[in-house]
Amino acid sequence: MKIHHAIPIYAAFVALTFVAPISAQNAPIDESTPNGLIRSIVSDVMASIKADPEIQKGNIARVVDLVEKKIVPHTDMRRTTEMSMGPNWRKATPEQQTQLIAEFKTLLIRTYSGALSQVRDQTVQYKALRAAPTDTEVIVRTVVLGRGDPIPLDYRLEKTPSGWKVYDINVLGVWLVENYRNQFTNQINQNGIDGLIAFLKERNKMLASARPSN
Amino acid sequence: MKRVIRQVFIAVLSVSMIGCATIPAGTQPSAQDPWESFNRSVFIFNEGLDNYLLKPVTTGYRYVVPSVARDGINNFFGNYNDIYSALNQLLQGNPGLAAKGLMRVVVNTVFGLGGLIDMATPGGLPKHKADFGQTFGVWGIPSGPYVVLPFFGPSSVRDTFGTAADIESDYLLRLLPDVALRNSLTGLRIVNARNNYYQAGDLLEGAAIDKYSFVRDGYIQRRQYQIEQSKAGDDDEDSTRPFQNPYE
Repeated sequence: MKIHHAIPIYAAFVALTFVAPISAQNAPIDESTPNGLIRSIVSDVMASIKADPEIQKGNIARVVDLVEKKIVPHTDMRRTTEMSMGPNWRKATPEQQTQLIAEFKTLLIRTYSGALSQVRDQTVQYKALRAAPTDTEVIVRTVVLGRGDPIPLDYRLEKTPSGWKVYDINVLGVWLVENYRNQFTNQINQNGIDGLIAFLKERNKMLASARPSN
Repeated sequence: MKRVIRQVFIAVLSVSMIGCATIPAGTQPSAQDPWESFNRSVFIFNEGLDNYLLKPVTTGYRYVVPSVARDGINNFFGNYNDIYSALNQLLQGNPGLAAKGLMRVVVNTVFGLGGLIDMATPGGLPKHKADFGQTFGVWGIPSGPYVVLPFFGPSSVRDTFGTAADIESDYLLRLLPDVALRNSLTGLRIVNARNNYYQAGDLLEGAAIDKYSFVRDGYIQRRQYQIEQSKAGDDDEDSTRPFQNPYE
């Protein structure tokens, strides 16, 4: 094949690659469905990150701010913490529970923001929802496509009176709640529930003062 | 420089070999990790290797090599690995994914400057990584106890055999007659692999309470997930088109 024959094919391929996905954008997003909600949050947050030069430069505080405003209202951190604690949850006093939720939330926001600050030219692919309309617990499956390998990112949601809430996420096949269960149990076995709270507080303090590496 | 590296290497190796690492008191024994004490000592060895050698080298790599070139290098090795992913997809009984994997290699080699640019992913052919450890898992071979391998990191008895098969079937470097070039490529490949989780490594450090068990539990979950996905024949057939946000 001569090279000038290949050029139109190449051009057509490039055009198809970059133009075709645009047609899918304009469909209205229905936030009353769990997948519609995730889609709306994700596209909103990603647009905000890409539009903010401060975040591109690595300003984590700005990402944390964004996460607290746009993502946290759609999560149920109480349930996340309760499930991560397992049987130990009942042993905690209401006061300890409140503290645990607050500290765990801070830790997760911090970690999540660190990951979000890496967003550059990624796109998100949404898989079809496998759920009945009457379901109150669903998993929304997505794949983040970027420069490296695709990252499967799934969200577990519950239906509450105030709308759908995310209470667990799965990154690369690892459910967050399940992975924290041993972490919490071991820490509680060693130092008790107050020890776990103290550990999380200390860690959050450390992370707040740490400078991001690049 | 070589002597320094060797000294550091020997120091780390001897420290890790002095004895099995103690398991922190109160740690719940994991049914999947009966060799925890041994594994922890290898884990410490790997961490030392990473802290004193691999991470500093990768930091230098990021400083010297511009990001466009790093992407190209990553795509090149990724394109090569896609051949093996396709082979394993076939062995796992997913001919659809195997065919798509091969299409990726063809598209990226022909249109992506020999694999330096990943044209297939934005074109609707996302990567589906697969290795021999997964293939054995799909065939029904149980993972066996969790093992931390020196240099390679988290694994299991099954995945150790998988890794051996991955290496055994890897012909790229073996066919190269030039020893110096072969070694440089292997080095570059290792640094590229480390670079892929450069920032993720720091995040992990912050997120984990006990890094050893955090990595272990994550590894076990992830491998299980990959095998289940493959068994389900997850072929993306039900997925929507790649979504791009309108504000770009």
